[in-house]
Amino acid sequence: MEKKISILIVDDEESVRNSLNLWFTEDGFRVECAENAKKALSILQDKNFDIILADLKMPGMDGLEMLRRIKSLNKDSIVIVMTAFATVDTAVKALKDGAFDYITKPFDPDDLSHLIRNASKQISLTKENETLKKRVDSLESVEDLIGKSEAIKKVLKEVESVAPTNSSIIITGESGTGKELIARAIHANSLRKFYPLVSVHCGALTESILESELFGHEKGAFTGALFNRKGRFEMADSGTIFLDEIATISTKMQIELLRVLETKSFMRVGGNKEITSDFRVICATNRDLKSMVEKGTFREDLYYRLNVINIHIPPLRERIEDIPLLVDYFIKKYCTSMNKPLITIDSGASKRIQEYQFPGNIRELENMIERAIVVGNGKKIFLKDLPFGKDIIDSSVESLDDFEKVFILQILNKYNWNISRSAQALKIDRVTLYNKIKKYGLKTSG
Amino acid sequence: MNPSTITLISFGNFEKGFLEEISEAVKHEFNCLIEIKEAHVDLSEFFDPGRRQYNGDKLLREVDSMNFPGSAKVIGLFKVDLFIPILTYIFGQAQLCGRTAVASLYRLSNQSYGIKTDKDFLLDRFKKEVIHELGHTYGLIHCHVPTCVMRSSTYVEDIDQKDTQLCSKCRSMIGMI
Repeated sequence: MEKKISILIVDDEESVRNSLNLWFTEDGFRVECAENAKKALSILQDKNFDIILADLKMPGMDGLEMLRRIKSLNKDSIVIVMTAFATVDTAVKALKDGAFDYITKPFDPDDLSHLIRNASKQISLTKENETLKKRVDSLESVEDLIGKSEAIKKVLKEVESVAPTNSSIIITGESGTGKELIARAIHANSLRKFYPLVSVHCGALTESILESELFGHEKGAFTGALFNRKGRFEMADSGTIFLDEIATISTKMQIELLRVLETKSFMRVGGNKEITSDFRVICATNRDLKSMVEKGTFREDLYYRLNVINIHIPPLRERIEDIPLLVDYFIKKYCTSMNKPLITIDSGASKRIQEYQFPGNIRELENMIERAIVVGNGKKIFLKDLPFGKDIIDSSVESLDDFEKVFILQILNKYNWNISRSAQALKIDRVTLYNKIKKYGLKTSG
Repeated sequence: MNPSTITLISFGNFEKGFLEEISEAVKHEFNCLIEIKEAHVDLSEFFDPGRRQYNGDKLLREVDSMNFPGSAKVIGLFKVDLFIPILTYIFGQAQLCGRTAVASLYRLSNQSYGIKTDKDFLLDRFKKEVIHELGHTYGLIHCHVPTCVMRSSTYVEDIDQKDTQLCSKCRSMIGMI
């Protein structure tokens, strides 16, 4: 239920207090009254009010003095000053001292409604702003960054130390290791966190589209350029630009990118005006840029410009102690998003997951858990809910013989060790199958 | 006398048929007995020469001081321009969760805005204003449903946009559903 907006009415005239009290109570506000500034300040010591409606002329402490004291108690208070003797001077003075607005007595009912509507809007904006700030602050810990391994701890420590700087960063790591997540963590912990983090997936765009995406374009610059459009560098002003798959950009784009990074200025496609933008660059790649430089496919000067700091994210197989934590995290995440009760994982399935090599890294693990929650029985994740043995090759399989052994065993299990049906499925005769069973020492698990 | 009687007290020279129509609308909305009575007060005592209007707060207190045995709710109906000290004008006002309310026809008439009188409009607006103020005496606060008679109105145009009825939420709040 939405919390009622609270109003404190401060006026020495009883009739004014009563009228306003009735008016606002009928409108659904929570109202309290005070007959002078002293009483109002004493009420404000104990309670917060969203709006304070205060008379300017009161015996003892006047409204302006009270306004200053209220602001020193809570600078975000919305104080509306009421006056029967409106002069430009007093109004300006009240506004300068932090009053939200002022209104002349007697009010037109519509003016009062309008004023309170504006104040309420301001309150909801302030609350929304606070919520968003809290959300941004909570990003500082970026909850998707899960792990207790030394490898991930090292990465997090690096993130912590480089985030507040303005240095360019290259994040390297295999596909699915969470490079974008690290970029988000760096941005969220930087001084630029209240400004945008603009992501560009360079690999997904052709050279001409990438150019227009990064630099923007002027109306008529090319067919289909119907409007002026800001580029991503411009959008990232005061914030961070994240260039994913940087190794895929063409030589021409490498030159242009280098120029932008050096001067922080550029021109839109088809434009003739120099635009400057203050952004920080974070790049990511799953390729070995150093060897690309040696081969001449990536410009050395750009490499050094970008590679001020390198953060390498180890693949999941090198930090298997993080797997159980990640599994728990993804179970919680997907059960919550699918509105299902929290489930657990069978020890056999958990062991099997930890033995797996995860070529697709965390992304693969995440998809695996999501799938298991969808296809599972809703109480526990079992081995059968995981895609092992179907389209994933066992990590312990290193030779053709190993592969044949595992495959034959899977078929035998599938047909409950019915030799004829298994042989038929394998397209070999029964004798050959018996020989293979003997050769590999296969036994029924039941 | 039925304890759930609402008494409409005429403090002006209202046409009989006009008040009966108001009474029907109130009866229909609150499902209770309605009495129409006439009373007289010396309005000059409530006149503010500075504002050339009548003090609604004082009139509300005056009506409240009058004895109407058996009446659960009482509303004083006026034809004069009402104000309260803090507002330039009011259409009416009521004791929230109390017994008494007042309402005036003055600002509901097209004539007050230099437009030709329309009796149907006037009757419709007054029905809404009377039901609105009585709603406050039953403890209802302003409603956000655009068509609900309890929606706050600062201009006559606002009154024209709402219905003469309470919305289902307001009805249930006063136990009418």
